[in-house]
Amino acid sequence: MNLTLPVLSDTLIALTLALLLIAPLAIAGLSLINTGLGRSRSAAQALLGNLAIFAVTAIVFAIIGSAFSGCLPGGISHIFQTAGKPWNWLGAGPFMLGGLASAPAQSQLALIFEFLAVALAAQLAWGSGADRWRLNAGCAASAVLAAFVFPLAAHWIWGGGWLAQLGLNFSLGSGFLDPGGAATVHVLGGLSALAVIWIAGPRRGKFPREGLSTAMPGHNAAYVLFGCLICLVGFAAWNLAGAILWLHAPMAALPLTAINTLLSASAALAATFAVTRIRFGKPDASLCANGWMAGLVASSACAALVSPAASLFIGLVAGIATPLLVELFELALSVDDPSGAVSVHAAAGLWGLFAAGFFSPQHGQFVAQLIGIATLLGVFLPLVYLLFWLLNRVVPFRVEADGERVGMDLHELGGGAYPEFVIHRDESYR
Amino acid sequence: MKYAGLLVMPAGFFLSMTALVLFINPAQRAVFVVCGIAVEILGLAVAIRGHRAAPGEIRP
Repeated sequence: MNLTLPVLSDTLIALTLALLLIAPLAIAGLSLINTGLGRSRSAAQALLGNLAIFAVTAIVFAIIGSAFSGCLPGGISHIFQTAGKPWNWLGAGPFMLGGLASAPAQSQLALIFEFLAVALAAQLAWGSGADRWRLNAGCAASAVLAAFVFPLAAHWIWGGGWLAQLGLNFSLGSGFLDPGGAATVHVLGGLSALAVIWIAGPRRGKFPREGLSTAMPGHNAAYVLFGCLICLVGFAAWNLAGAILWLHAPMAALPLTAINTLLSASAALAATFAVTRIRFGKPDASLCANGWMAGLVASSACAALVSPAASLFIGLVAGIATPLLVELFELALSVDDPSGAVSVHAAAGLWGLFAAGFFSPQHGQFVAQLIGIATLLGVFLPLVYLLFWLLNRVVPFRVEADGERVGMDLHELGGGAYPEFVIHRDESYR
Repeated sequence: MKYAGLLVMPAGFFLSMTALVLFINPAQRAVFVVCGIAVEILGLAVAIRGHRAAPGEIRP
């Protein structure tokens, strides 16, 4: 954490703690969305996976990751000098949360924020691997994310790393800004999802030899849409807590952040509703949910930084782009992404980060945001892919063919989520 | 093709980093950074194309 920033008042500390207790609703909502967008015969495994990933990331981040993220004071950072500038690239705090009890409340709150952020990032990849990603492989990949990848991103962006210091060292606005976790959570999670999709491959029967991809709709639209509503509360809390912790926003600026979050999501939903209505004759529930989530994701980059009019525009663009990207990825690029994490989280997160710079009145902020985007694409996607590719050699990601045929619930857990329902044979398998 | 695209992406990142160190002029810096992102997008496109599932393909 940048220790030169002002110390928060007791009121703001209490408020931030309350917000961070509400923020896990984003994780709960996303779990419902992931489950609803998967198949009924994998529902219990999907939801258990979300829980298990939360637990694994919390444990691994506490033991290893928090030391590298450099959130707690008392540790030093690894810095090298190039071209006369310091490049703070890795935190070097104590392992196993050493020094937590004596850390200032502000640092402890930042740590809670990071605990939640790493869990949400890992869940995004889990949703995209639905119906074929083994539970133990999902947990192992989440551990890798929590131990090494997320802490690196968190340190660079939130922990006073080189991206955060772009303003100080290169006069680029206030440095790379990501108050709600668009980069560290959504883009990182979305790119991890892409790596998982590439490594695990498509679901059996998704892209048949005959040509067009097989539609595999989610099994429960009610879960998905209710998850979206829960996510609104979670994301609003997340954006407000982020604004306080990373931007030191005063109390008077917080209502605007909440309103911007709502406006962005609303505009995105309206846009997706209209696009799907025009394209298919009727609005598509699943794509509308994706649009709503894309609006929330875009708002996490910029809700605390832009005006309400800009928020509406940002949400509108996210809402128009999301259904088109979902189609492009599935039909043209053969990317089998059941939860839409690549379109909804990675693409909308990148758009939000871009827009935060574009609408910023600060000189140099736009370039700082572009450098952040370049870092996410050029460093983190290849890094995550490499780590997951190696991990796949040790813990195979993809379930056996029989597991896909009978469903992940029966194969991995021995029982289904809906034992009283008759599960029909899937005719799409060839 | 699969891995070539992923190897091109860090090259785009280093291009953007070079802009930070080499240029002081904001316009030059911005143009160079945009070029770096363009290289990354090119790499991403190659990686996506390389990973495209062939019809009927199921990876182990």
